[in-house]
Amino acid sequence: MTDTIGPFLDATIRTATPLALAALGETVVERAGMINIGLEGTIIAGAFGAVVAAALLGAAGALVAAVAAGVLTAIVLGLFIVAMRTDQIVAGTALTLLALGVTGLLYRTTFGTTGVALTIPTAGAVAIPLLASIPVVGRALFAQPVTTYVVYLTVPLLAWWLSRTHAGLSLRAVGENPAAAIAAGISPDRVRWLALLFGGALGGLSGGTLVIAQVGTFAEGMSAGRGFIAIAIVALGRWSPVGVAIAALLFGAASALQFVFQSLGWTLPYQLFLALPYVLTLSALAGVTGRSGPPAALGRR
Amino acid sequence: MADSVRRVMIRAARTLVAGLALMSAIAGLVAILCVVSGYDPLRALDALWRGSLGSRYAVLSATLVRATPLILTGLSVTLAFTAGVMNIGAEGQLLAGATATTAVAMVAGRSPSWLALPLSLVAGGLAGAAWAYIPAWLRRRFGVLEVISTIMMNFVALNLVGYLVRGPLQEPLRIYPQSASFPESTRLPILVGGSRLHLGFGIALTAAAVMWWALRFTAAGFRVRVLGGSPDAARSAALIDAGKTAMRAFLLSGFLAGLAGAVEVTGVTYSLYENLSPGYGYTAIAVALIGSLNPVLTAFSGILFGALEAGASAMQRDAGVPSVLATVVEASVLLLLIGLGAVRAPFSRWRHSRAAKVESRERAPIPEPL
Repeated sequence: MTDTIGPFLDATIRTATPLALAALGETVVERAGMINIGLEGTIIAGAFGAVVAAALLGAAGALVAAVAAGVLTAIVLGLFIVAMRTDQIVAGTALTLLALGVTGLLYRTTFGTTGVALTIPTAGAVAIPLLASIPVVGRALFAQPVTTYVVYLTVPLLAWWLSRTHAGLSLRAVGENPAAAIAAGISPDRVRWLALLFGGALGGLSGGTLVIAQVGTFAEGMSAGRGFIAIAIVALGRWSPVGVAIAALLFGAASALQFVFQSLGWTLPYQLFLALPYVLTLSALAGVTGRSGPPAALGRR
Repeated sequence: MADSVRRVMIRAARTLVAGLALMSAIAGLVAILCVVSGYDPLRALDALWRGSLGSRYAVLSATLVRATPLILTGLSVTLAFTAGVMNIGAEGQLLAGATATTAVAMVAGRSPSWLALPLSLVAGGLAGAAWAYIPAWLRRRFGVLEVISTIMMNFVALNLVGYLVRGPLQEPLRIYPQSASFPESTRLPILVGGSRLHLGFGIALTAAAVMWWALRFTAAGFRVRVLGGSPDAARSAALIDAGKTAMRAFLLSGFLAGLAGAVEVTGVTYSLYENLSPGYGYTAIAVALIGSLNPVLTAFSGILFGALEAGASAMQRDAGVPSVLATVVEASVLLLLIGLGAVRAPFSRWRHSRAAKVESRERAPIPEPL
């Protein structure tokens, strides 16, 4: 059994990392009263940014490039939904289409229409001394790529920032009641821009993680719906960083179940495992909705 | 009378000008993108033209065939958005429809065509509606935002098709991940001899005309427009049952997307497989918005996007330009129109207030339409 739990946990954390990154960024965006339906586009842009930079700058530079690419998509979105006050769902949908198209086009143009299997330097797992040697769970939790540790740090920091700092409270005020925020001397547009940029940075890093820490190459549409899942995870985690982290883990665990079944020798159609996380998310959403709501001004222009 | 005729003509002329401007914008974007990414723009535009509108064959067998599922899914989105229902799930509903149509066609294929074909098509539409019912129910019963749940359902549908074409619905030889070929009796008749244009295009145009009429001239259409236009007014004036109207619009929207899938398998592919849809359900959102959520204009924008995608295939084939360029153009056009303020969606009051939510838990009507 021990030899199942280790790989299962490891796979759970590995799957959950990019989802948690994107979802934590989206949490901040949504707490500021916006929704980035184009998160999928942010992630694919991050992945492409990483793959372009990896060859030149190595793994660390690739992650920086991923963040930059994610921020770029956030700027595009911000121009529409903050500066021009357009509909958020429509602009976000267009952003996803745009990013999937542009990355696909650039990839084929740069690396050929056949889509050469491009291999790039990957960032391996970094084991944290002592913690990684805890029996059973140690390696799964503490011998992961560096981006996993970013998640570990972001969750408590963000939870503290949102509930205990002036800036965090301002952000929430903008998301709950923009009029009151203005009365309190806060500029909602400035807050929304910063929230979007933060969301873009983490979304980009999420894409970078896919390339640098997991797949090791780029493929068109490799974000494979993670942006949409991350948006669902934010709702599932009730717009709180800790909740979002738990929801991401739940999703990761559902995806990792197939490893357990494989090791137990059960043969079930693999599509069942691919569909399971979505079904689980739907049921979980039905279960948790209504306890605490989304920011009151979510999606309002 | 003469006055209304003149008004119609002015509107038609305006639409024509807008359409031509849009086509020029598309051509311009294609050229710019080609130059930027190092392709010969003239060769690309030539291929684009010849593959889409340049010949009778291209129009009938490429553009209009490609436009058919875009029009039907576009109408699906138009109806949902008009009612204020954020159905992003046309893709999943299309796949559900294609799957049910396949299952029924395999069984009903031995009966005569007049029975087998309508049966298969209706099964597809109903499956699309059933696939939409789940998020509609989740919304009504638990207040789950349909923006999220419909997207989740898309992925479930994709995996379901992936399983079925390797399992129960796989072709008898069990080599390829696709269904058996459709029996002759369940294939849509060809509309114009010597082309690939099938009856599905007629179905799509009919649906557009009927929806235009129904939204404009029937009580149900009025309810849908009021609900999407001003839910609060509708509710407080006790004019309409918001929950029932939203639910019906959601189901009918699913039916149209399911019909798109049914028409695609019975008219084009004659078989079910995983990559049946190159994202019709997502492009449909752009089609509907560029059609200003007007059913007739949605049909036109469906044809425009059909031409673009058909032309993009030709560009890839004849000029070596990746066809994904079409996606970039579609997204840019949409962003351009949003930026110009030309796309004004009735659901722009996209919101979800806490008060509406609490109410939904207690009394369980569909919460405020988004």
